[in-house]
Amino acid sequence: MLVASDEKPLKILIADDSDTDRLLLKAIIKSQGHDPLLASDGLEAIEIFKNEHPDIILLDAVMPNLDGFDTARFIKANMGAAFVPIIFLTSLNEADSLAQCLEAGGDDFLTKPYHSVILRAKIKAFKRMLDMHNTLANQKNVIEDHNLRLIREQEIAKRTFDKVAHEGMLHAHNIEYSLSPMAVFNGDVLLAAVRPNGNLCVLLGDFTGHGLAAAIGAMPLSQTFYSMTAKGFPIRDIVTELNKKLKDILPVGIFCCAVVIDMDFSNESIEIWNGGMPETYIFSAHDKSLQPMPSSHLALGILPAHQFISKTTVLKMKTGDQFFMWSDGIIEAENPDGEMFGQSAVEELFQEELQAGHSYLSRIVDTVNHFVAESEMSDDISIAEITMVSKEAFDDKNPRRIVTAPLSAMDWAFSYEVRRTSLKTTDPLPIIQKLLLDAPSFRGRIGAVFTVLTELYSNALEHGILKLDSSMKKTPDGFAEYYELREQRIRSLNEGFIRFDIDYVGDDFEGKLLIRVTDSGEGFDFESVAALSDIDSKSFKGRGLLIIRNLCDQLRFIDSGNIVEVEFL
Amino acid sequence: MGIATKVSGDGTEICISVDGRFDFSSHQEFCKAYEAVDAYPEQYIVDMNATTYLDSSALGMLLLLRDHAGGDHAKVSIINCNDDVKKILTISNFEQLFDIH
Repeated sequence: MLVASDEKPLKILIADDSDTDRLLLKAIIKSQGHDPLLASDGLEAIEIFKNEHPDIILLDAVMPNLDGFDTARFIKANMGAAFVPIIFLTSLNEADSLAQCLEAGGDDFLTKPYHSVILRAKIKAFKRMLDMHNTLANQKNVIEDHNLRLIREQEIAKRTFDKVAHEGMLHAHNIEYSLSPMAVFNGDVLLAAVRPNGNLCVLLGDFTGHGLAAAIGAMPLSQTFYSMTAKGFPIRDIVTELNKKLKDILPVGIFCCAVVIDMDFSNESIEIWNGGMPETYIFSAHDKSLQPMPSSHLALGILPAHQFISKTTVLKMKTGDQFFMWSDGIIEAENPDGEMFGQSAVEELFQEELQAGHSYLSRIVDTVNHFVAESEMSDDISIAEITMVSKEAFDDKNPRRIVTAPLSAMDWAFSYEVRRTSLKTTDPLPIIQKLLLDAPSFRGRIGAVFTVLTELYSNALEHGILKLDSSMKKTPDGFAEYYELREQRIRSLNEGFIRFDIDYVGDDFEGKLLIRVTDSGEGFDFESVAALSDIDSKSFKGRGLLIIRNLCDQLRFIDSGNIVEVEFL
Repeated sequence: MGIATKVSGDGTEICISVDGRFDFSSHQEFCKAYEAVDAYPEQYIVDMNATTYLDSSALGMLLLLRDHAGGDHAKVSIINCNDDVKKILTISNFEQLFDIH
């Protein structure tokens, strides 16, 4: 009988202790165009199986040395990834014995007397099964290769991503954080930068979705955050710009929940904007108080620019107080029983005293990880803990370097006045700070210059023009009230101006920088504040002036005190 | 998880109810629920009576619905929210965009 030209002959192992049966089956197999391999007992069958790799095995149940059942068990255990069907040869008709064949690993039976047609049909059926099995195995390999390639591509892309959404100042000694990547990319982003005036800005963002689609929005977000903080923009301007950018580029339905904070070490305060993230907390170790602050805004990228609200909340933080923020992955973390971890569970973790060397952050992360255990369901868990420290401590551990191109001798002066409407809406500091970078001899001290500039502006605005009384800031409630009042008075401002007159002469080695800030207010009794060395550094009234006096070389009050002049030599 | 749509007799109101978990896997069905409707209703209602859970992709789908319904001019209400669902909508401040009960 001829074999069809597209059909490869199969290698079929015949294991039977009866010579007649063996020869009979051999003849039938050969006549069907296949290759018979012969064995007369179980041990021989196993040898042939190991060396020749038959495609199908015809196995007699009862044989000397090793019977069919044990032979089948051995072969099935050693098949590896291949599929080798075993057809038991049996004259046993009782159901029990047939069941035993199946239990031993048999796939089918052939009963005596052997009919060529029946055997042919069974071989054909098993061949179809073999083909299907091989196709599946191949497809699995193709899919695995494809998958590996995708992962490799993502890993390469991630390197660019990590450069843009880089860690910035996250290594600062007062920041502890945990970002848990679920995939090569995750939808969470944590950025930190120091502003020119020495404030620490941190952003925790959570894009909708997971993986590449979620992470891709993090690139423009990070670029904008880092460039604006470097230029000294306040966080209200930063979130406004981030919202506008994300609204422009992200499709409807994709957005970024975010918390952005600005920690002011000299003012002992924190400014917070929270859009769509869970409540943030301030924990005060000495009285164990946990103060929650809920989000009051929609996430970034949802509202058009004219509807976006950038209002922030300013709160007092004493040295040692800690600020906590986390993404909703922590609250939604599920244990294997499907229960969610929940907000109150996290709050409870602050009740117990900390052991030395531990932090609340590590306690929270450990507890959540235990809770989640082996359940597959888990979101990206991201959390940050930021501690309020003294300005000296922060500056000392995190020295600022502002790197610009080398310049030679410079001799310039400029005047910049913000009036009425600009006074209400614009922060003049970024522009002035940029211009001040052209004072080469102060490159190394530029942080001090920016800090003094910021203090002068705050004084002029808050005390000179808005007539706020800084002794309000003594209590935590008064502190919050102070900033609410500041907000109100700015909004109802109708007149007034602040002018900056700046003069510089110098080169890379030495120079003189003069900064004069004039406000349209009534001034103050600077003579009574003159003995600055007597000022209790904890008294809020003189605090700003004390900082200025310490950082600059000359401090002068002119006219009624509404003009302040500082010199750097 | 099942999504059912009911359109009022005069076609001015459409009510979409979401059963079970409202998450990433609901995307296709949810979009079909409001896109397949012939009428242009004035009022959209999302009934969360049987919704057990809401994630950020569901929030995104609500935004897509609002955009389809006319964006700033849309009238979209979200009703019968249980405590968990309400909490998520509150954290996201969605009451600034939707009428929530």
